[in-house]
Amino acid sequence: MRLITAIIKPFKLDDVKAALEQFGIKGMTVSEASGYGRQRGHTEVYRGAEYQVDLVPKVRVEVLAEEEDADDVIDVIVKAAQTGKIGDGKVWSVPVETVIRVRTGERGPEAL
Amino acid sequence: MKIDSGTTAWMLTATALVLLMTPGLAFFYGGMTRAKSVLNMMMMSFVSIITVTIAWVIYGHSLTFTDNGSELVNKFVGGFSALGLQSLVETATKDDGTGMPSLVFSAFQLTFAIITVALISGAIADRAKFGAWVLFSAVWVTIVYFPVAHWVWGNGWLFNLGIEDFAGGTVVHINAGAAALALALVLGKRAGWRKEPMRPHNLTLVLLGAGLLWFGWFGFNAGSELAVDGTAGLAFMNTQIATAVAAGAWLVVEKLRDGHATSLGVASGAVAGLVAITPACGFVDPWAAMVIGLLAGAICAYAVGLKYKLGYDDSLDVVGVHLVGGVIGAVSLGFLAAYPFLDQQSTGLFYGGGLKQLGLQVLGPVAVGAYSFILTWIIAKIIDKVMGFRIGAEEEITGVDITSHAETGYDLGTIHSSGVAAVNGPVPAPASKKVDA
Repeated sequence: MRLITAIIKPFKLDDVKAALEQFGIKGMTVSEASGYGRQRGHTEVYRGAEYQVDLVPKVRVEVLAEEEDADDVIDVIVKAAQTGKIGDGKVWSVPVETVIRVRTGERGPEAL
Repeated sequence: MKIDSGTTAWMLTATALVLLMTPGLAFFYGGMTRAKSVLNMMMMSFVSIITVTIAWVIYGHSLTFTDNGSELVNKFVGGFSALGLQSLVETATKDDGTGMPSLVFSAFQLTFAIITVALISGAIADRAKFGAWVLFSAVWVTIVYFPVAHWVWGNGWLFNLGIEDFAGGTVVHINAGAAALALALVLGKRAGWRKEPMRPHNLTLVLLGAGLLWFGWFGFNAGSELAVDGTAGLAFMNTQIATAVAAGAWLVVEKLRDGHATSLGVASGAVAGLVAITPACGFVDPWAAMVIGLLAGAICAYAVGLKYKLGYDDSLDVVGVHLVGGVIGAVSLGFLAAYPFLDQQSTGLFYGGGLKQLGLQVLGPVAVGAYSFILTWIIAKIIDKVMGFRIGAEEEITGVDITSHAETGYDLGTIHSSGVAAVNGPVPAPASKKVDA
């Protein structure tokens, strides 16, 4: 199994969620995140004083998928999150040793 | 004139309106600090209500509004004939020509003393020792505010020269602004000033505060007529005019200079307009109120940047808004005053009054500003030597709310609010500890 983590623009969350559901993904974890990549931060002005704000609000989507589905899931996310503009985000995956459903104690693919 | 029910009813209302301005100021200032010091900022305003009220009752009214035996001393400070307000209780229903009980007048004036002290606190956000501020508020109102209010509104030297200060441009705003500058210099800059962002943490609170200030200010300005008459109506309308124009002017400056009209800008511009029209509201025509509002909004929008050029951390711009706005209003009367009401007052330059009033309108701010700045500096230095005016570096970085008050302003997350309930608090102790239950 693999854990796929996507850092995306907040307004793309609904598109990504819908695309993943259509693909058959049954659950995900979404959290608010802050960070920056090549687009750096933005500028805010308060009473004429400029503040360079490094960290930009982002959304982190985490999905667990079986090994054979993982690359397809990544493609689904990338396609749904893409605007073509700088700051679209990143997607990566890491191997997962085991997954357990807390309610039933099921392990492995059954727990997904 | 006996007790006039209309006058008395309005002055009771106006007093309550002005008192509401101090909690309003707490919101205005509180929203502008970082989240870790919002409560301390608001507490500095609220505690001013306590200290100033006590000082006012015991000796403040007396030092401000009674005469003492010496003609010379009386120019600078009042006497002791109303200590504890006791003599006002005895004469409360006498016919003294004001149309209201003396205690109503006293309560109205008390609320001005309170907000003047609270205004200063904006200069020292995030870093003042709470106990030091409590002490400062009581000492400052005694040594600086009561005498200055006596100079201008009691029977003091500026009053007798004929200065025009309808509702406190000099007594309240220049006085507080000069004190704020001194206090910011004595306490020094916040840790990380100009290196890390110190953004307002809650602009909705700032707008709420600005709205409450605007509302309460009608009592402040129109109430200062101390009567229900045409001048009260003029003061009321001029307050609205200058405030709206100043808020608009600030927004235009921002749009042209920074590219965006901001909510902090509209709140700041409104307050700058309120400050500038304060001394002038009962003396000028509506067109002049527009001019004063325009000048206040545009000039103060630039004046708040002075601290970065000159290097003092007046955290919430008490100098840029209240000192500068107060001076604009005071000096404008030298040109625009149309309706002087005391024999020693004259019309402004544009109304054929010559230069006399303009001279007085410059003298007043210079004298009050210098007195306030110097005395505040001395008071703050002594408090700093004796007990320390500033919290430690670690406490400042952690946040003055949690280190000085053991509270946090916001509890929004579920993770941060988890923990062990206090055994002696209102939450029941864990079962294992209930030995006798």
